Amino acid sequence: MKTDRRSVALLLVTAVVLLYGVVYPNLSLVISSFQRAGSWTLANYREILSQGIVIEAIVSSVGLSIGTVLFCALVGVPLAFLFERYTFPGRRLFAAFAALPLVLPPLVGTVAFIFLAGESGILAHGIQNLLGLQNAPWRLRGWPAMLLFHTYTMYPFFYVLTGAGLRRIDASLAEAARSLGASKFAVLRRVLLPQLTPSLLAAALLTFMTSMASFSAPLLFGGDVRVLTLEIFRARQRGDFGMAVTETVILAIISLGALIFFQRYEGTRKFAAAALKGAPRRRESIGSGAARVLATTAAVIFAIVLILPVATLILVSFAQEGSWTTQTFPAAYTTANYQRLFGDSYAAEVFFNSSVMSAIAAVAALVWSFCVVTLLRRGTTTSKVFGEGWRRLLSLLVLVPWALPGTVVAVAVAEAYGQPSLLLGSFVLVGTFWILPVVYFLRFMPLVVRALQASVEQLDPSLEEAAGSLGAQAWQRFTRVTLPLVWPGAVAGTLLAFVIALGEYVASVLVFVPANRPISIAIASELRDFNLGAAAAYGVVLIVIISISMIVAGRLERSRN
Amino acid sequence: MALRGHPSVESATWGGHGGPPLQPMFLSLKNVSRTFGTTRAVADVSLDVNQGEFFGLLGPSGCGKTTTLRMIAGLERPDSGAIEFQGADITYLPPERRGFGMVFQNYALFPHLNVFENVAFGLRARSHTKAEISERVNSALELVQLPGYSKRAVDELSGGQQQRVAIARAIAIEPALLLFDEPLSNLDVSLREATRGELRELVTRLGLTAVYVTHDQEEAFALCDRISVMVGGELKQTGRPRELYDQPAEISVASFLGRNNLIKAMRLSSSKTSMGEFKTLEGGHTLHLPINHEDLAPLNKPVYLAIRPEHVQINNNSAENSLRASVREIVFAGATSTVRVDAGGLLLEALVLRTDGLSVNEECNVILPPEHLKQLKTATD
Repeated sequence: MKTDRRSVALLLVTAVVLLYGVVYPNLSLVISSFQRAGSWTLANYREILSQGIVIEAIVSSVGLSIGTVLFCALVGVPLAFLFERYTFPGRRLFAAFAALPLVLPPLVGTVAFIFLAGESGILAHGIQNLLGLQNAPWRLRGWPAMLLFHTYTMYPFFYVLTGAGLRRIDASLAEAARSLGASKFAVLRRVLLPQLTPSLLAAALLTFMTSMASFSAPLLFGGDVRVLTLEIFRARQRGDFGMAVTETVILAIISLGALIFFQRYEGTRKFAAAALKGAPRRRESIGSGAARVLATTAAVIFAIVLILPVATLILVSFAQEGSWTTQTFPAAYTTANYQRLFGDSYAAEVFFNSSVMSAIAAVAALVWSFCVVTLLRRGTTTSKVFGEGWRRLLSLLVLVPWALPGTVVAVAVAEAYGQPSLLLGSFVLVGTFWILPVVYFLRFMPLVVRALQASVEQLDPSLEEAAGSLGAQAWQRFTRVTLPLVWPGAVAGTLLAFVIALGEYVASVLVFVPANRPISIAIASELRDFNLGAAAAYGVVLIVIISISMIVAGRLERSRN
Repeated sequence: MALRGHPSVESATWGGHGGPPLQPMFLSLKNVSRTFGTTRAVADVSLDVNQGEFFGLLGPSGCGKTTTLRMIAGLERPDSGAIEFQGADITYLPPERRGFGMVFQNYALFPHLNVFENVAFGLRARSHTKAEISERVNSALELVQLPGYSKRAVDELSGGQQQRVAIARAIAIEPALLLFDEPLSNLDVSLREATRGELRELVTRLGLTAVYVTHDQEEAFALCDRISVMVGGELKQTGRPRELYDQPAEISVASFLGRNNLIKAMRLSSSKTSMGEFKTLEGGHTLHLPINHEDLAPLNKPVYLAIRPEHVQINNNSAENSLRASVREIVFAGATSTVRVDAGGLLLEALVLRTDGLSVNEECNVILPPEHLKQLKTATD
């Protein structure tokens, strides 16, 4: 009876959060797109789809995402093969920085890119001064700029997942193929690539969806290219809420469509791993001199390319304001930017806001993850009151905010709770401090749920059974067996959610208010005022906090294994 | 084709160094070595395999037998030495150009392909016609008794069936040589013995030559015409199963191949010509055994004598090499019992059918028949 009451409480909490956070906002969003002045209509869609600008935005968004997937695959997959299958001097150097772009907040990355490769950046100025040109040799604008930046920030999806896929492939499969007469190329085509397909599909999906959701790059150097996220932002700025909502629905449909498409495709083919485990492949040493030099050179160059934007950001954060005009490097250096950051009450407030809101969201996500994971876990008493169909629905609803671009999450919450609502009565969430913690929670709780779920799945169910047979009550089993074993994974996931929330920009820019102005908004406004050093200093401090958190999270992950 | 007792199968060659053959050997490894980091996985191994022979590489795990097999397959390159196949040097020939079939320990079936496509894999690499492929795949599946399984996914098969598919895949390419890397080790015991018989029968029927790696002595004895025993990267002895069992050359071979009583002893001067006289270091017993005058142990230097437990007798008959001992332990194991005795500090194990009249701590008479006492070549500790 006791267990049943506990299950009901868990179910209730989970259901309420999902209803308020996922079901109702997204439903409101869709309903609003079909309404105008209180009555049902298709007018919003008719209007939008008759405007060339919106069609252009849809085509550009999808085109940009497909292009990003192709470029990221072209860069990430060969790098994964090189660094996963061979060993040579410099391999570790690159491997250490390979995933760096993943932890860079998109806005900070964009800013760093402008300082490095923009028309008044270090590279352009350097070449201009070197060759004595009148104007900058290029402008960081439009398609090439966005594709370049997207490739830099998203190639790690392909690199990391392909590398993991290669590590999973049983070495004897390739050997069996060769002993059966297949050449090295045939092994690649007929054995390795089919085995890698799930990894490649997963990477393509992640890249596509991240690119669809991308906002900072199109905003800061998209030029004339219109993409959906940007159009939604501009429509809201103009006060054209009907248009913003309808475009948001379209963006959501494309993102969810991609998710369904990729998963369907994956489901049509069999990729089951070999039933028996074989030996993992040893890295082959590159023996021949020329190839070795080439590989090492590539490792060093790629490592430099990866570090350069961050190095630039650090350099500029020490630049005296106004000292960097046409020179290659800033002319005068100072710590004034940092002094301002730590002395200024405005900066302190911004850091405080972001930290508090991210912490609220992350801790709430952690607590809520335990509810969800308990319900999702098979074979426990709690999950028996809860059928397989419900379990699948629960996993799906948890995943929805992850699959949706940040823009969509923010617009949906704003739409649902922007006026007195069915669920909250007269309380209007929009305009309060709480809107951002709520949006952060919704966006990043799937990460925590997944991290916790992974930890719990590694847990041998017989441990809890053993504790039960020794007389431990449910809460004792949880606090004395389960919690000590899963907390490193859970905390690592929570830290990850915290740092991502700390640099969040896409959703924040849509719904922030003066009372909860986060770091990213401060960076954007410094940049707008041409306080380059200050913008860079904010970014550097953010990177430092993120790095420390990631190191702690990594330690925790390792301690678990 | 009668392959057992192949005329060219010679008697045991110690270490595999035979005289130069008149015509090129079918497969020949010449002073092959392979080092991983600081570990010498394979050290100076030479061996010859005759055509039509079922040849075993036997040894404890980590002895270098799998590395040796992988070098034959071309999956590993020797640091030094050469591998010849029918007179041609294939040391550095890539695996795909050797045409050897290989059956892996974990089967290495391609999980993304069904049974038919797995078996057809090697044929597609050789660009056969569609009809030819289909015919050869089906006949290979029939040979391993899996007709009608073509469309199945490999992960739907049982371990035994997966193993058969792996064999079908290897024989479908009509290999010049068939290599097995502990193919039965993932099957359960009852299945292992049945599969073993079928495997041997199949290889014989197809007239194939096979090199078979295993750590299981019983498996190697049951399957192989000749066996090389490897220990610590070195090839210790090559011979027919019976010879290896009865005439282990070294302590490492003697102790790896079944249970053995190892007795440390010193040769004393002997007046007899065919019998040697030894004094055991433990217990100080005098033992007589036939000796080979070409391979005499030096005087006053300890050597090892070996005798199998099943050859140790416990009875009251008067015979040569009989010792007084006290029974330490009697372990009943069904058809036989193991009796452990202590003959004045010399501990011995006997495998007996009946233990009537024996009880722990009682005296008994132990006989070590001279014809079963073997002097081992090396006596290094």
